[in-house]
Parts: sequence; C-alpha cells; structure tokens
Amino acid sequence: MSEHNYQPKSKFGKWFNDRLPLLTLANHLTDYPTPKNLNYWWTFGGILTFCLITQIITGLVLAMHYIAHADLAFSSVEHIMRDVNYGWLIRYIHANGASMFFLAVYIHIFRSLFYGSYKSPREIIWILGIMIYLLMMAAAFMGYVLPWGQMSFWGATVITNLFSAIPLVGESITTWLWGGYSVDNPTLTRFFTLHYLIPFLILGLVVLHIWALHVPGNNNPIGIDIRKPSKDTVSFHPYIVVKDLFALLLFLILFAFFVFYSPNVLGHADNYIEANPLVTPAHIVPEWYLLPFYAILRSIPDKLMGVIAMLSAILILAALPWLDTSKIRSAVFRPLYKQFYWILVLDVLVLGYVGAMPAEGLYLLIARIGTAYYFAHFLIILPILGKVEKTLPLPLSISEPILGGSLNAEPARSDPNTQKL
Amino acid sequence: MLKFVKYFSIIFFLILSNIVSSAEKSEKLLTTDWTFKGPFGKFDRASLQRGYQVYQEVCASCHSLKYMSYRNLSEEGGPEFSVQEAKAIASNFEILDGPNPDGEMFTRSAKLSDKFAMPYANEEEAKSANGGAYPPDMSVLVKARKGGADYVYSVLLGYEDPPVGIKLDEGVHYNKYMYGNKIKMPAPLSEGLVEYADGTSATEQQMAKDVVSFLMWTAEPHLEQRHKIGFRAIIYLFILSILVYFSMKKIWSRIETEV
Repeated sequence: MSEHNYQPKSKFGKWFNDRLPLLTLANHLTDYPTPKNLNYWWTFGGILTFCLITQIITGLVLAMHYIAHADLAFSSVEHIMRDVNYGWLIRYIHANGASMFFLAVYIHIFRSLFYGSYKSPREIIWILGIMIYLLMMAAAFMGYVLPWGQMSFWGATVITNLFSAIPLVGESITTWLWGGYSVDNPTLTRFFTLHYLIPFLILGLVVLHIWALHVPGNNNPIGIDIRKPSKDTVSFHPYIVVKDLFALLLFLILFAFFVFYSPNVLGHADNYIEANPLVTPAHIVPEWYLLPFYAILRSIPDKLMGVIAMLSAILILAALPWLDTSKIRSAVFRPLYKQFYWILVLDVLVLGYVGAMPAEGLYLLIARIGTAYYFAHFLIILPILGKVEKTLPLPLSISEPILGGSLNAEPARSDPNTQKL
Repeated sequence: MLKFVKYFSIIFFLILSNIVSSAEKSEKLLTTDWTFKGPFGKFDRASLQRGYQVYQEVCASCHSLKYMSYRNLSEEGGPEFSVQEAKAIASNFEILDGPNPDGEMFTRSAKLSDKFAMPYANEEEAKSANGGAYPPDMSVLVKARKGGADYVYSVLLGYEDPPVGIKLDEGVHYNKYMYGNKIKMPAPLSEGLVEYADGTSATEQQMAKDVVSFLMWTAEPHLEQRHKIGFRAIIYLFILSILVYFSMKKIWSRIETEV
C-alpha cells in the first residue's frame, strides 16, 4: 500500500488532507491490493453493500408514506401500492430486497465457510459479520410485522412469545416487549422505531467489517497469505470494481425478475389479510430465510430448550474460528472438510425445507436429525477433523503454483504496509 | 462443483416430490386463459368492464372494495371506462358525508374521488346479515389466497352437492375447492344472471373469468405498468452487463489472469 507516502496533487487537496485525510482514505480504497485470484463468490461483499443501501433508500421513502398504527398500517400500505407514485415499485423492491439481501448474505457466509475466511487473522471480521447477520434477522422480522397482515401479527406473536420461555421473568419480559398484554399498537410502533434504527447500526458495523478486512487484506481461494502488493495482487480499482459491478448487474437481473414478475412469490398470501387477533392462520411460518432456525426451534419439545438451541445455532458461528482446529484455510486443500462442508450445506437446506412444513411425523424426525447434525458439525466434526485430516500441499504463491508453501509464508500481520491504515 | 450439482438435484427432488404429494391431497385448481399472466400479461379491457358489472350486480351487495375509488375505473391499466362513464357510475351511489355546518351528517351522490360505497355500515352489521360469516373485503382478495386468481375462479365454480356422508348445517354449502370444503356463501353465479351490454353470453365460466380478472386488477392496479417497466429494466440490465463484461475483459487483459 502506498498511502503513507500519498500526497494530493493540488495545493488545496494537500491543505485539506493534512487536516482531514479523506483523500488518503480514497487513495487507500482505490489502491487496496487485492488477491488477483478471487472468484465470483467474492463479489457478494459488494452486492451486500448495494443491498443495504437499497434497503435504506427505499425504506426512507416508504417511511414517508407508512403509518405505524394498528388501525391504519394495513391501509397505508395499500395506499402506497395504489396511490403513491411508483409506490408499488418502491415497496416491492424493499420487500424482495430483504430476500435478496439474505440470499446474498447466505452465499457470503458459505463462501467464508468454504475458504476458511474466518480463521486467523480474520476472526474479528467474522464476528462482526455474525453481528451484522443477527441484526439483519431482527430488522427483517420487525419489517415483516409492519404491514400488519395476518402473518405479521401472528409471526410477531410467536416470536415475542419465545421470550416467555425465560424462567421466572419470562412472562413479565414478554409483556414489557409488547407494551401490553398482547401484540398490539404499542408493539407495532416500537417495532417500527427499531426497524428504522437497525439498518444504521448495520451500516456502522459494515464500516467496521470493511475496516477490519483492510488490515490483513482479503483471503483468497487458495487461502495462503500473500505479499501485498505483489505479482499476486491487483489494485481494487479498476480490477475488482469492474468485476464486482459485472456480478452486481447479474444479481440485479435476478432481483428484477422477482420485483417485476413475481413480487409476491417469496411472501405469504395470508399477509394480504389484515391482522385479526381473533383468527389464527392454519400454518404460521416465517419468511424463507429464517426457516432453518425455525426448524431447529420446533425440533426440540421443550420451549426453553428450543429457544436456547435456536440462539446457539447462530451464536455457535461466532466461536467457529476456535472450533475449527485446522491451520489450512481453503477447503481446496482439505479433501475431508470439503465433503463435510457440502453435507452441512445440504443439512441447512433440508432444515429450511422442514421448517416450512408442519412439525409432525416424518418432518419432525428429519428436523431433529438435521438439528443434531448441525451442532455435531461444529462441536464434534470440525475440532476432530483439524487434527486428523491429511491436507494437500499448499502452493508457494498465487502466481507460482509450485507446491511446498506454508500457510504463513508471508504473515500478513508483520507486513509493515498493512499496519498503516 | 459436481457435488454441488448432485446435492442440488437431491433438494430439487425433495421439493418436487412434496409439490406432487400436496397436489394429490387437495383438488387441482381450475384455470382459464388469463390474459394478465406472464411477462407481457395485460388486462382485457372488455373483460374488466364486464367484471365490474358482475361485481356490482352480484358481489357488491355483500362484499366491499374499500381500497378502490371510482376514479380508478377510468385510470390507465384498468377497465378504462371514460371519465364521463366513471362519473355516471359514481353518481349511482349514495355516500355518507358531513358533518355540515349545522353538525348534521348527510348523504350525497358519490364523486370520482370517493371510495367505493360499502354494502354494510360495519363488520357487525355484515355478520348479522350473513349468518355470522363476514364477507371479506375483495380489494386484495386474489393476492390474499394461495393459488391466486385460479383459486378464486375455482371457488366460484366449485359448488357441488356434498358427497355422501358429509352433513352440512343450515346455511352452509359444499365447495370442492374451498379450504375445508364448507362455505357460507351460496353459489353466487348462475347462467344468464347478468346481461352483458356487449352481447357476450353470460355463462358461469364467463362471469367467473370476468369478475376474477376484475379482482386481479383491484388487487394489482399497476400490474400492466409493472410488466412494462420490468421488461425495459431487464433489457437495460442485460445490455449493460454485456458492456461491462467486455470492459472487464479488456481491463483484466492488462495482467495475465483469467477473470
């Protein structure tokens, strides 16, 4: 990196930069040395940034027309769909944007799992990512409540009721969360407030996530540390920028298909029925992106244990850098881990599938096996695998596919240039 | 990658087998040649106008359309009555307005800016007039039912004598497609129930198709605009992605790395 000797060309630029080094930052971001072998799975970071900005902008416009009141919320959404100029477009982008956001974040997370991006020295990036993911789930859940349809109301009832599983104070906490004795207007207004707040918290964490990334630099498909800058790297601009842009455009085509041609296919028909506390829908299901965790929740017969299992399923990810004992990052050089990785992917998809089905009979059995395997993957398989697996030899560098390299051929932390952000 | 394909196909099979098995459980829905389906789908104006007639003469005595205004009838992408026709339609309805300067509520004939007149003053009145069942508002009904337009169409045409062994209470009817097969609404359509001004023969299927098309429009009044903009947006993104692809190739050709 060259920012420590970066000098703005103009006199004003120099004057300004001495007082607030924004130009140094911009220079760092354009020159940022990136491994040249990053594949398309690495483009989802940029796509996710786009998703967040899109959600914030469309959300701001929706908030100008939406009314957070139990009697008016549903009709204000219909007002947006009918009478606000292009309101239907903004709302469909926002609603489907949430699904697209989760699609991208799941790909981003599973990319990290495959290439071992969570391992030293990138643990903090990973943990920040898990925090972002948790906040995303909270924001998505509360956002789904706002239209005040049947699924909104009953989804909110089911999820907030989870807190009543806490021993002794559970009931009081639930009442406190509701602001009353059931999900009602006070619940709606506070959910709206929090739904408005959380994206900005996410934005802050995203800045930290990227900052933490720029300390060691990107991991890469072969998972070895590389010298920066070197023959193995390209500058972020224009190489990575143009590639991210191309991937983003392909992603937008998929996005547009949902928004324009099947805007309601990812939602639930019942949410076009106004909330009615006296009528319970036949099946209460969350949005698709929460289904694997819903399956874990329902697979445990005890309510409190179910809630603990569901929370652990997410929080266990934060411990992943220490549960995975292998020093080798990329699954490319870990033949056994690669197999288990795909089994985990399959397991999560199956959990998502049974999460949408009634919790009975064969579905419940599959959910229980899937839940057990999910935890076994992180708590048993990964710790043991790192110790017993015979890994393949690593190449020396990206440009020279000569074998015999070691993981820390050029430890990123000791690179003098990377400490200067 | 091979493994990915393998697992993906397993999942696909799982989902497919479930769709097949769930289709076996419930009746397969009726369908017809909807004009609004697909990326170029548009409403058939004449059908929407006939559909409005069916709604007004048959459904409106019990079912409201509370999110619709009379002005919508003349708007682009809908039945597209002329403004004069829409005004004439509106003037047939009495709307409660007020209070006037004397503090009295009064009725007047509806204007274009008014919402559709409601059949009942409130939900309680609607229930008491319909044996305890509330006739749902139909503004977004098509989107609020799994199966959408096909489902509503099927329910309209799905009245049958109950199979042997099923006993129905007084005022309950058997419907092949209704969830739970029991419905309080009596069969609403019968051959020749309305007289179409354009000479279309008013068969049950025709009336059901017209009114469901109309309700699809009330649920998605901007459907035509959405399809039109969507087509342009996707073409634009497609061309732009080709241009960016070649720019990317050109930029990356400066270094010896495949992209």
